[in-house]
Amino acid sequence: MTLLTIDGVWKRYGDHDVLKGVDLTVDSHEVVCLIGASGSGKSTLLRCVNLLETVDDGAITLDGVELTDVRADPDDVRKRIGIVFQAYNLFPHMTVLDNITLAPRKVHGVGRAQAEEQARELLTRFGLESKARDYPDRLSGGQQQRVAIIRAIATQPRLLLLDEVTSALDPTLVNEVLGVIRELKASGMTMILATHEMGFARDIADTVCFLADGVLLERGHPDQIFGAPKHPRTREFLSRT
Amino acid sequence: MTTTWVKSDRQKEREKLLRAQGRRSLSAATISTIAVVGLVVVGLYASPGWPRVRETFFSWDAMVTALPDILQGFLLNVTIFLIAEPVVLLLGLGVALLRGLRSPVFFPLRVLAALYTDVFRGIPVVLMIFLVGFGVPALRLQGVPNDPVVLGTIGLILSYTSYVAEVFRSGIDSIHPSQRSAARSLGLSHGQTMRYVVVPQAVRRVIPPLLNDFASLQKDTALVALLGPLEALRQAQIHAGEMFNYTPYVAAALLFVALTVPMARFTDHLAARAARQRGGAA
Ligand SMILES: Nc1ncnc2c1ncn2[C@@H]1O[C@H](COP(=O)(O)OP(=O)(O)OP(=O)(O)O)[C@@H](O)[C@H]1O
Ligand SMILES: [Mg+2]
Repeated sequence: MTLLTIDGVWKRYGDHDVLKGVDLTVDSHEVVCLIGASGSGKSTLLRCVNLLETVDDGAITLDGVELTDVRADPDDVRKRIGIVFQAYNLFPHMTVLDNITLAPRKVHGVGRAQAEEQARELLTRFGLESKARDYPDRLSGGQQQRVAIIRAIATQPRLLLLDEVTSALDPTLVNEVLGVIRELKASGMTMILATHEMGFARDIADTVCFLADGVLLERGHPDQIFGAPKHPRTREFLSRT
Repeated sequence: MTTTWVKSDRQKEREKLLRAQGRRSLSAATISTIAVVGLVVVGLYASPGWPRVRETFFSWDAMVTALPDILQGFLLNVTIFLIAEPVVLLLGLGVALLRGLRSPVFFPLRVLAALYTDVFRGIPVVLMIFLVGFGVPALRLQGVPNDPVVLGTIGLILSYTSYVAEVFRSGIDSIHPSQRSAARSLGLSHGQTMRYVVVPQAVRRVIPPLLNDFASLQKDTALVALLGPLEALRQAQIHAGEMFNYTPYVAAALLFVALTVPMARFTDHLAARAARQRGGAA
């Protein structure tokens, strides 16, 4: 079943076209990996889906409802989509527990006791139960990023966007974050992730999309993209990484 | 398997050296302090005008005579300050938040807030107090207070709110935009983002400059004297005039210092605590 449809999305900064008519559909429970060179527009596409950027043309539809409709309430859209950024963006003045429960309590109207119980369940599930009362700067980079992911899924979003969530991390910390993403896939979360970890993309993706200069050049099963890329630019990109 | 830490001889030696170093710097500090204070005292006593200065500025009798009145006047300064400070804080934050509103509906408010901070920061506090203290009663408006203490306090509030609003605004601007993105992407509205994410962080950052502004607000309560109320400076003036002696001014100055010094120490304490809490991280 189709969850998200991206249809001819165009995004321009000044006179620089960053996305040039991107089409993409994502099914429920599907994991899509966006790969491509730096500056190819991966982050921009994710930010457009979450309405952190407004598209200049095209449409994005979630559950049959157009998000890019100018009459749509962006806050309402963001309640249904979670996003995790490259730099963790935890709120430094709040404990881990408060970071996670802020949106459930203030946006979704969940009571404090219930929100904290759910947060503790998530923390336990991802091996962070002892950190609930700590402030973010006491956590390692990998732990911070795992908390950021937990914070994003605490509101039970329909779709989770992950933008290079491991690229700010020490290689030894990457695995613990990738483990969290694997676990989310197993639980059926629909995800779009921009990544430079080709091995991980191959391992976790149902579909891999190769983006070059704002154009989605090739999409397919990971075995096909990594094993037998059709487009010459995909081949060139993969041979360099 | 647990290993317990037994201090090595190297560490013991190191700590002994550190203690010795500590003692040395303490004695160095003591000696140089005594030397400086001694020089100042000797310099004062040696100067030819000292006996006269001591008589006119540091007369014990004049101090004892004037102090009760000055102290009572000083209570008025403290009252003005205690009323003005919270009002300035609230209004200042309000003005700063108005300037941050994005929606076109609020355009007039935004412009008004910008105009207010620009104009009122430009007017000297003394002038502000004159303008409000003498200007407002001259309008003869119904229901507007005539009490010079109230008017002086309003003048102070108008002036200081414009400074404090700018302090808050710079604090709000200093919060990295990714914090806003993170909050908005969780579905928080602009108002919720400000309230739970941006303002709490901004306030922590601007506490030291805010307290600095408050130290000068404390002093500027003396300017209300220009409108006539018998606060500390006014009382000192009266006594100085009666006795042809400036000691009452020194007494008033000491009272103001007695109030600002603890405040300065408190500011340092807060700054140090904030630094400790951040654990040295950015
Ligand atoms: N706010 C902006 N203003 C102007 N140009 C921008 C802005 N954001 C991104 N760009 C430009 O858009 C292009 C695509 O950026 P984007 O961040 O989407 O790339 P990316 O594929 O995520 O790259 P990376 O792998 O390095 O993260 C880049 O050329 C970038 O300079
Ligand atoms: Mg990017």
